[in-house]
Amino acid sequence: MREKILEILRCNARISHEQIATMLGMDPEEVTREIKAMEDEKVILKYNTLINWEKTDVNVVTAMIDVKVIPQRDVGFDEVAERIYRFPEVRSVSLMSGSYDLSVVVEGKTMKEVALFVAEKLATIEHVQSTMTHFVLKHYKQAGVIFEDKEEDRRQVVSP
Amino acid sequence: MSNFNAERFIVSKLRSIPPSGIRKFFDLVANTKGVISLGVGEPDFVTPWHIREACVYSLEKGYTMYTSNWGMPELRQAVAGYLEERYGLSYSPENQLVITVGASEAVDLALRAVVNDGDEVIVPEPCYVSYKPCAVMAGGKVVSIPTKPENDFQLTAEQLEAAITEKSKVLVLCYPNNPTGAIMNRDELSAIARVVEKHDLLVIADEIYSELTYNGQHTSFASLPGMKERTILINGFSKSFAMTGWRIGFAAGHPDLIGAMVKIHQYTILCTPVTAQMAALEALKNGLEHVYRMKEQYNQRRRLLIKRLNDMGLDCFEPKGAFYAFPSVKRTGLDAETFCEELLKEEKVAVVPGNAFGAGGEGHIRISYAASINQIEEAMERMERFVARRYRELQVRAQA
Repeated sequence: MREKILEILRCNARISHEQIATMLGMDPEEVTREIKAMEDEKVILKYNTLINWEKTDVNVVTAMIDVKVIPQRDVGFDEVAERIYRFPEVRSVSLMSGSYDLSVVVEGKTMKEVALFVAEKLATIEHVQSTMTHFVLKHYKQAGVIFEDKEEDRRQVVSP
Repeated sequence: MSNFNAERFIVSKLRSIPPSGIRKFFDLVANTKGVISLGVGEPDFVTPWHIREACVYSLEKGYTMYTSNWGMPELRQAVAGYLEERYGLSYSPENQLVITVGASEAVDLALRAVVNDGDEVIVPEPCYVSYKPCAVMAGGKVVSIPTKPENDFQLTAEQLEAAITEKSKVLVLCYPNNPTGAIMNRDELSAIARVVEKHDLLVIADEIYSELTYNGQHTSFASLPGMKERTILINGFSKSFAMTGWRIGFAAGHPDLIGAMVKIHQYTILCTPVTAQMAALEALKNGLEHVYRMKEQYNQRRRLLIKRLNDMGLDCFEPKGAFYAFPSVKRTGLDAETFCEELLKEEKVAVVPGNAFGAGGEGHIRISYAASINQIEEAMERMERFVARRYRELQVRAQA
């Protein structure tokens, strides 16, 4: 049941517990209990909003940075990652397989701001061997949502 | 002035078939702006991308030719595997399966292959709109059995028994049912099977909604003891894989019956379009997960819709299959058509009057939940307002 609740919340975090209960044929109190438990267990971390910043007056520049780390004894990837993810400019950090180690997403108001952050803060962290910065030019799809979906409802309005 | 009278050339059988009740309503809805339509008899999902992609790839590879009349051998093989796995039915892809242009064509083929002039075709109603006209065009005489809400819109053995004459030949069964959402489980179908066997009937089982069964597993009529040879099983990809516009379905049954159907199919259609066949092959190979995902979505919407209908005081039996609810609107004091027309005019919500689906549909409306949760919610808000107004009017009238 948790899986189904999560699937619904993932698509719409603002849906009421009563509605979830109806949709899943559950008792509303049971839904509330499960959600509370998942929040306590940090299964559910936060309820965010997916925003298309391009439609606002706010400037958001996003860069994806491939970070290579020199692994050293007693300093695992986790410690280096923490040094990176503590910066509020950093939106996400993931450990990767392949030709680099950490994938870092940084947001800023301008390209310059992001570039400076990489040069001054990120690249200078101990054990960081190299960085490669890729600026995002356009978001097509994020978190499973297509930004400008041109596939409308093409069905006949009434059919047998 | 020419003395040409086109009407004179049209066969009389066709003239006896009334125009579709849905057509009239369609024009009304199409001419209204801002409508939320819960009147659509097809999935709101677009065909899963991997299926569309496979079709595009097949075109690039040059799959643009005729196929075997029966359908591509690989596809028939895949369909046979699917029926075996899902419903425990084993059909030979060699001579017991034909790929058709939608389940609709299969219905037409089946009726034309087995109905002689004057044979009686028993059709439980309300039901999908094409059985009766196809039976009439095949020369048959349709015997309708109105199914009842108090029986959960199921056909009962008693009703069937009462409808039998010496001319009875074919029974059409469509469960899960459009428009009622009724299903029939193994025991209930077994009771029907006994009557079928007793009177030596043939069953055309249109199980196009089989994958959309919400409480328990769908029982295919052909899987009942002794019924496989007596059943022409019809199914397809439209509802389960959200592939309505591809027009691809299939029929399975006794080699002689399928062979007879193929005879008509090969001289009229030749073969189902290869593009659709390639897409269907991909659907069966890799698409079942999408079927289950979509089914879960429908199920959630179903529960939501039923609750809202009950909350507004409309009697609605719990539909356990397909993607329709079929509540009674009698409490509003309106007949089905008036309800639908006024609801459209006043609140811009489109639903289909139940009488469009034949006897027993009067007093009911078909609401499709092949729509997003938000659309369903909004439509139910509007409908609730509408229904409340009608209740008030009834009250005022009663007091006057």
